[in-house]
Amino acid sequence: MKQEKLIEGLLKLSGWLSLAITLSVMGVLLYNAAAFFAMVPMWEFITGTSWIPFAERKAFGMWPLLSGTLLTAGIALSLAMPLGILIAIYLSEYASEGWRRIARPALDLLAAIPTVVYGFLALVFITPMLQWFFPSIASYNALSPGLVMAFMVLPIITSISEDAMRAVPKIHKEAALALGATRWQIVRKVVVPAAFNGISAAVILAFSRALGETMIVSIAAGQQASFTFNPAVAIQTASSYIIQMSLGDVAQSSIEYSTIFAIGLSLFFLTYLLNNLSFWFRDRFRSSKIISAA
Amino acid sequence: MTPITNIFTLIEQLENWVERQRKGSFAVYGLIFTLLVVASVLTLFLYVSFAGYPRLDREFFTGYASRVPEQAGILPAFLGTLWVLFLVAVISFPLGVAAGIHLEKYVQNDRLSRFLEVNIMNLAGIPSVVYGLLGLQFFVRSMGLGESILAASLTLSLMVLPLVIISTREALRMVPQMHIEAAYAMGASKWQTIWLQALPQALPGIVSGTLLAVSRAIGEAAPLLVIGALAFVPFAPISIFDYFTVLPVQIFFWLSKPQNSFLVNASAAILVLLSITLFLNLLAVGIRERWHKRLKS
Repeated sequence: MKQEKLIEGLLKLSGWLSLAITLSVMGVLLYNAAAFFAMVPMWEFITGTSWIPFAERKAFGMWPLLSGTLLTAGIALSLAMPLGILIAIYLSEYASEGWRRIARPALDLLAAIPTVVYGFLALVFITPMLQWFFPSIASYNALSPGLVMAFMVLPIITSISEDAMRAVPKIHKEAALALGATRWQIVRKVVVPAAFNGISAAVILAFSRALGETMIVSIAAGQQASFTFNPAVAIQTASSYIIQMSLGDVAQSSIEYSTIFAIGLSLFFLTYLLNNLSFWFRDRFRSSKIISAA
Repeated sequence: MTPITNIFTLIEQLENWVERQRKGSFAVYGLIFTLLVVASVLTLFLYVSFAGYPRLDREFFTGYASRVPEQAGILPAFLGTLWVLFLVAVISFPLGVAAGIHLEKYVQNDRLSRFLEVNIMNLAGIPSVVYGLLGLQFFVRSMGLGESILAASLTLSLMVLPLVIISTREALRMVPQMHIEAAYAMGASKWQTIWLQALPQALPGIVSGTLLAVSRAIGEAAPLLVIGALAFVPFAPISIFDYFTVLPVQIFFWLSKPQNSFLVNASAAILVLLSITLFLNLLAVGIRERWHKRLKS
């Protein structure tokens, strides 16, 4: 009995470890970012449009890094969203069961590929190909890693949206069919609207994942922190700045070094908001499923 | 009619026209899209294989990093990856399973349970580079582990812990309620029921989830670069306190060199890394499929 209490105590400790990790992440980021914000006003950080951490006259405005992050993630989403939703519609409404059982794990495998491999793909494969079509594109640019990132986040969109579409009660589809709707009309008027919450959850989660993605942009997007939304030139994202800084030999007590925690905190904050928005949509999708099943 | 509704009718008409034109040929487009994606993965694999395979000789596996591409090898990185694979499994499996059992079986309060579940999903959503910042402050500096294999494995274990917890909970939920109640009816205590009934039946599912988590961990480079992975490790890591590098980190450093011949090395290292990842994934899927079949029968 005593032994059992001990085991259950250990289980409880592990159970609460997850909360401890969340708090430590927040604590570490806030504590170290505080050192940064003691020297740089937060207002300057949030509104500034130039990011010059190394020069004599320094500037710490986050917008160049933010624009780079939003740009690559935006490019990824603008390809992954239509492609992912179309594939999800196809797999849930059109594909045969046998083909679906092959295609879905194959798609999920995309998420298992290490991100350095995607970075390699962007640098060695996609960028030269883009340059062949548009010679003016720089060898480091936002477009190529963005496009490759689309493949990385594709399985998130297809799997969550497909689950949402398959959860649409069959009786609704049959009712539409009985009214003479074609297959595409059923997709367009019944399945997609009913699965809207699930699809939104999927797309937002994919966007959040793309914002935090690090290696693809570190390898193929360059290290130019400029405030631009031009996809053809070198940019820098929040995550790749953290990597660049970690690789350099900057003194750990300097202001340059504390920037990575301020940038990390911003990245954490942004993805945290988006993730929770996604969970909110997912909850709506789940609760609506219960109602329709009753 | 307002302009807005005009647009909608227009879209409607357009859609109907498209519909008439192709009569459900969406199935064909969907198939093409899906095939395209699958084909691009295969192309990538083939390309890397062709580019990297000739480099996969004995010297490549037993060599150290070098400024001369043809002499560079992956021994420290390969051993580092094996270390990380082993340590992450050993650390995250017991912790994740214990946490999963507690959350699934012991937390009775619904609101608390919900709160902890959202927290775990949030943990799973934190960008990996941010885990690097946590590991840097916590393991490398505060605990004084330095830039060691242990610090790297602990950081990655925290990163994949949510995945192990989630798969443990899902696996426990798959165990038929009947078996649990039967154990209680025989007079088993709660822990006995979990340890002797629920856990053995859920184990394949948990192992499968842990394999996926480990395969995620060995593919990561970002958090390790943040905590201080080295570009050049001149010795084979034999202790958990040794300096480290791993395959993804080695690949990253090779890709950031200007010489083209390092790309061949990168391809070869990618081939090795992809093989390990693919093997772990297939193993995980295989175990899960067999387990599902057994649960159904």
